[in-house]
Amino acid sequence: MQALTNRSKLVVKKEMTWVEKLYLPAIFGGLRITFSHFFRKKTTISYPEEKREFAPVYRGQHVLKRDENGAERCTACGLCAVACPAEAITMVAEERKKGEEKLYREEKYASVYEINMLRCIFCGLCEEACPKEAIFLTDRIVASDFEREEFIYGKDKLVDPIDKPIDVSVRETAEVAAFKKDKEYAHNLTWKDEKGEVKKKGH
Amino acid sequence: MIYKIILVLCVFTLALVVAMYSTYAERKVAAFLQDRLGPNRAGPFGILQPLADGLKMFMKEEIIPNVSNKWLFILGPSIAMLTACMTGVVIPWAPAFQGSKNLFPMQITDVNIGILYLFGVVSIGVYGIMIGGWASNNKYSLLGAIRASSQMISYEVAMGLSIIALIMTTHSLSIGEIVNQQAGWHWNVFYQPLGFLIFIICAFAETNRTPFDLPECESELVGGYHTEYSSMKLGFYLFAEYINMFISSAVMACLFFGGYNFPLIYRYIHDPLLITITGFVVMMAKTCFFIFFFMWIRWTVPRFRYDQLMNLGWKILIPLSILNIFITGIVMWLTHKI
Repeated sequence: MQALTNRSKLVVKKEMTWVEKLYLPAIFGGLRITFSHFFRKKTTISYPEEKREFAPVYRGQHVLKRDENGAERCTACGLCAVACPAEAITMVAEERKKGEEKLYREEKYASVYEINMLRCIFCGLCEEACPKEAIFLTDRIVASDFEREEFIYGKDKLVDPIDKPIDVSVRETAEVAAFKKDKEYAHNLTWKDEKGEVKKKGH
Repeated sequence: MIYKIILVLCVFTLALVVAMYSTYAERKVAAFLQDRLGPNRAGPFGILQPLADGLKMFMKEEIIPNVSNKWLFILGPSIAMLTACMTGVVIPWAPAFQGSKNLFPMQITDVNIGILYLFGVVSIGVYGIMIGGWASNNKYSLLGAIRASSQMISYEVAMGLSIIALIMTTHSLSIGEIVNQQAGWHWNVFYQPLGFLIFIICAFAETNRTPFDLPECESELVGGYHTEYSSMKLGFYLFAEYINMFISSAVMACLFFGGYNFPLIYRYIHDPLLITITGFVVMMAKTCFFIFFFMWIRWTVPRFRYDQLMNLGWKILIPLSILNIFITGIVMWLTHKI
């Protein structure tokens, strides 16, 4: 019969010699091998003193970004909640009042925005679904805790802090930039043109 | 009398502390043999880990199944722990301390049937597992208990037979006597190598250690005799296993490796206190080496299938040990030692 590949291995079915049948020499050989492992360098990484390197686009804790003027981008449209396969996101929308133009970009905003970090699987589908480029996944690890209720992160933990905005530029790839210029999706988007100026549709 | 009580307390404490730290050693040795660090967060180098484990065992909830036989359920681990602790009384831990007028033996009782007592107590230990597994009213526990107990009684026969050859050479059943005969280089392992080999294989089977840990591995896979146990009763079963391991190591060190004897040191030490302390250190060093050997084998050899286990016990070890008795007898006749 013709062999299908040339990766065949000849199987030898020899009877064991009586020395081999004792199993003792084999056991001693095995003991020697395991003992040699005793003195090798250990491969354990002592977290938190040593850490492993993450990929630059590692998907960790979420952040709700603000735009250049410091206003929150999220408009509580709910697309992230619908996209989430684990149903981890919930939100309550509200209308922007008179004096709050600096806080929220559009007339609708999320007054309550909660992600249940125990349900979240860090897939990033919410980031892909968001039309306002509001939610991103950063490379921060979600800390452990003792109570289940503590894992429902509200806006206090998720919104980008004003004084130290979190850098998500690695997620804004070339495809994202091209997407921003696409007229079909260009409703209410801002982008940077060739000169580096921030442009907004309609202005 | 007071001295005996103090000695009993000391040996009991020693057995418990060594068993506690052999759980720590097990994890560290397992880790080092697998190219990783073991527990090293609880205290420096993880020394306080056994305390953390003990505390965890205390704090868990004690569950007794409704359909089980409540008294037998509690009796199982109690018997296991009782027999594990009872075996420590006949082992000489150090040479007797020669006080100014009294001799203080470091062995709780030197019964003249020491080895027979040891085997008797170990046989009762089988009851602990059988009762515990059966009283759980759980099919997996029952199967695990049946396998464990049949394994233990099969290997007891071979163990006893291998010891018979040893007793033929030593002319005494008392362990203290056997240790005293091994002064200097006359360790019994040189006179009875086959007997030692059979004894160590049977010791692995008696303490349910790999490669004979089918009762335990069932508990990793499905059940085994300690499925229904939680908290302290489970702690007792696991702890009794470690105490058994410690005592088996001590017995092996005494019977075959000279106990507290080490060639040449007693020529240079004459102070009685120093003799006792050195003997104790030597004895503990040998015992600890055997405990390490138990763990070393655990992470080297794969476990036996049940029929291979029974085959080994009945069809290979028993004929071998009978052969050992024959050979010992013939050699003794030829060298006129009978």
